Amino acid sequence: MSDRQPLSRDVQSARLSAAEYDENFSDLHAPLDWHEAKVEAERCYFCYDAPCMTACPTSIDIPLFIRQISADNPTGSAKTILNQNIMGGMCARVCPTETLCEEVCVREVAEGKPVKIGQLQRYATDHFMESKRPHPFTRKAETGKKVAIVGAGPAGMSCAHHLAREGHDVTVFEARNKPGGLNEFGIASYKSTENFAQREIEFLLEIGGIEIKTGQRLGEEIALDQLTSDYDAVFLGLGLKNTNRLNLEGENAPGCEDAIDYIAALRQAEDKSILSVGRNVVVIGGGMTAIDIAIQTKLLGAENVTICYRRGQDAMNASLYEQELAQTHGVKIMHWRQPNSIKLNEQGEVCGLEVETTSDASGKLSGTGEMQIIQADQIFKAIGQKFDSTLLSDHQVELEQGRIKVSDTRQTSHQKIWAGGDCIVGGEDLTVVAVEDGKIAAQHINSVLQG
Amino acid sequence: MADLTSNFLGISSPNPFWLASAPPTDKAYNVERAFEAGWGGVVWKTLGSEGPPVVNVNGPRYGAIYGHDRHLIGLNNIELITDRDLYVNLKEITEVKKRWPDRALIVSLMVPCDEESWKAILPLVEETGADGIELNFGCPHGMSERGMGAAVGQVPEYIQMVTEWCKKYYSKPVIVKLTPNITDVRYPARAAKAGGADAVSLINTINSIVEVDLDNFAPVPTIDGKGSHGGYCGPAVKPIAMNMVAEIARDVETAGLPISGIGGITTWRDAAEFISLGCGNVQVCTAAMTYGFKVVQEMITGLSDWMDEKGINSIDEFMGRAVPNVTDWKYLNLNYVTKAKINQDLCIECGRCHIACEDTSHQAITNMVDGKRHFEVIDEECVGCNLCVNVCPVDDCITMEPIAGMDPRTGKPIDPEYANWTTHPNNPSANTEAAE
Repeated sequence: MSDRQPLSRDVQSARLSAAEYDENFSDLHAPLDWHEAKVEAERCYFCYDAPCMTACPTSIDIPLFIRQISADNPTGSAKTILNQNIMGGMCARVCPTETLCEEVCVREVAEGKPVKIGQLQRYATDHFMESKRPHPFTRKAETGKKVAIVGAGPAGMSCAHHLAREGHDVTVFEARNKPGGLNEFGIASYKSTENFAQREIEFLLEIGGIEIKTGQRLGEEIALDQLTSDYDAVFLGLGLKNTNRLNLEGENAPGCEDAIDYIAALRQAEDKSILSVGRNVVVIGGGMTAIDIAIQTKLLGAENVTICYRRGQDAMNASLYEQELAQTHGVKIMHWRQPNSIKLNEQGEVCGLEVETTSDASGKLSGTGEMQIIQADQIFKAIGQKFDSTLLSDHQVELEQGRIKVSDTRQTSHQKIWAGGDCIVGGEDLTVVAVEDGKIAAQHINSVLQG
Repeated sequence: MADLTSNFLGISSPNPFWLASAPPTDKAYNVERAFEAGWGGVVWKTLGSEGPPVVNVNGPRYGAIYGHDRHLIGLNNIELITDRDLYVNLKEITEVKKRWPDRALIVSLMVPCDEESWKAILPLVEETGADGIELNFGCPHGMSERGMGAAVGQVPEYIQMVTEWCKKYYSKPVIVKLTPNITDVRYPARAAKAGGADAVSLINTINSIVEVDLDNFAPVPTIDGKGSHGGYCGPAVKPIAMNMVAEIARDVETAGLPISGIGGITTWRDAAEFISLGCGNVQVCTAAMTYGFKVVQEMITGLSDWMDEKGINSIDEFMGRAVPNVTDWKYLNLNYVTKAKINQDLCIECGRCHIACEDTSHQAITNMVDGKRHFEVIDEECVGCNLCVNVCPVDDCITMEPIAGMDPRTGKPIDPEYANWTTHPNNPSANTEAAE
């Protein structure tokens, strides 16, 4: 922190050696080996009506899959997982288990050391996918019904798989050049290594009956009206698009960047050394994206990375575990700070962020007037995204709070359209919730199509 | 500090922990390492008759079963008696006994079931200065196929006959080691006593197949695609061994016959349990084979500390203390009524007590109370069976509490007086005098 203007802005690529990049972007947790998995699995009490199972948005039978690992049946274990959650492999990597299954594990309650459910799930699903076994599910006889899915993210692909399994023909329209959605473009690199998102898609497609068409943007290459008339049902897994704005002067200056875009570029960069990163990085936000960009810029070689969040620690959307992960990577988290102005150098580039201390002592969050300038070669905005409602501007589909309104079965106000994932009301920005949305929608679509 | 000195059959040892006749006691090198580590005595690995040495398999000879984290809980073996030359063993026994006069050194023997064979070997053993002999009537594999080991131990008449020969040709204590591979251990024990045995030791290993290799469908350990049954030992056999020890200890015909307890003894507590069931000392094998000789240090300190806490000064003071409390089912007090009680502060809500009771017992534990996950005993249904205590993963979370007054399950008052099955009105052969 400094009140002085920095002498020169320092943004560079190739800050590290090739070996350092490899090390920094390898697996966050080394996968459990057979013995570790067995020992960990044996810690599970096989609870009755297990709380972990209730806490899992996809209701995976956790005690059963863990018991199958302990009984030397990782293949059966993977089938138990995949039957409830076809993206169990990715969820094992990215689920905030510390706030889901592991939070309610009775061993967490008893001794503060939950069974490592996420890592065990990864063990089983990795085993299955690496053993190159035939797809665990078989497709039912073809029904001749056609379903269009818009968005090849976790919600869309989960929905696609369940429908294909029921014998329907599924076409997935994806705006980007490859499928996966946030699994491919949004998850922190060290959580999904070795091209896992694409490998999982390939695995999922083994069911048959799913065609993915990339470069298909809703409202451009494809139109919702056309889809509803050409297909028997439509599922929208559109995700979110527009990053919220700071509404500060200088927001468009070089060095003020959208965290989501940067993470996507980072995920797609095979050679991380091409990414330019500042010596001093400031991240604005308090969610998982803020944590992900902060840690990853640190791993790219940034010297000082500071997260500024306008409220206290308890209000952060990122779990305590994620916050600690950032801190152990050397990220500094400043609470009760809101951005006030972006400082630019003579060239008009970002060189600092002026933040104001905040307080909610009055019951409402407000600035205290106390200012401070944090040196910043790069500022990353990670303050949430919005649903791009212009995609549905013809109002065929009812919105609520800016997102798509759905029933319990994920059906929208339009009888032939279902939706799930981050684009629906109450979307929790979690892969596992999106997968469940897709599954629930598929079950209802199937029952409607089967008449 | 409590006095752990053991004086079994007049054979003194600084503590009651002996190594059983087995691979750990096969030669001077091992035995001296054991003595250095603190073992009170050893039973030297079984010697056979003079002649060509015994031949062992050259493939794997042990198999195991495991608990969590490859914790070994049961071991089996197909090793035979010593495969070293008789005279090498005798020489080493002589030397070791000289070097370690304060430790017990017993020689285990197994020779063919004829008087000449015993008459030939016993003087040789006598010359070593060893403190006594143990007759291996238990080895269940290999030797039994040749008419020795368990083949003798399963026929009480043979036990008596061989014991008599040993008493005739050998001056020091004779311990008869019993096989558990029989229907009623009291018969061989009575035969040993009738033959003049100074003590029995038990149990030897149990016939077992510990594992089938499901790739080649053969028992483990597998020798070139085949496996044979082996002798089972280790922590898993302790309950079986303790029952057999107790059967002999409380049998009127063998009452007072000294017993050396063997079977899965791994900690001081195991030893204390065997001693309380009437054993004068204990023998250990699997624990040493799993962890090395150092384990005896835990056993010695543990037993000593426990005795100090209990105010027990010597082994003899608590030896057999549990024997009077081992009884037949028919004498158990049917008016003793207990109910399970769950300590809600300790409960971690795993639900195992509920599902065990619900699926397999008496539907006496809730899983939901007022819409909330909650596990509580329904006294009206609880028969006090203890299953919930056994399946609960938390120590002391569920306890069995005796109750008096009215039993909510039967709706009847609990008779405070002792009453058992022998006088129960539902018993067709109940004491008729009482019934009339």
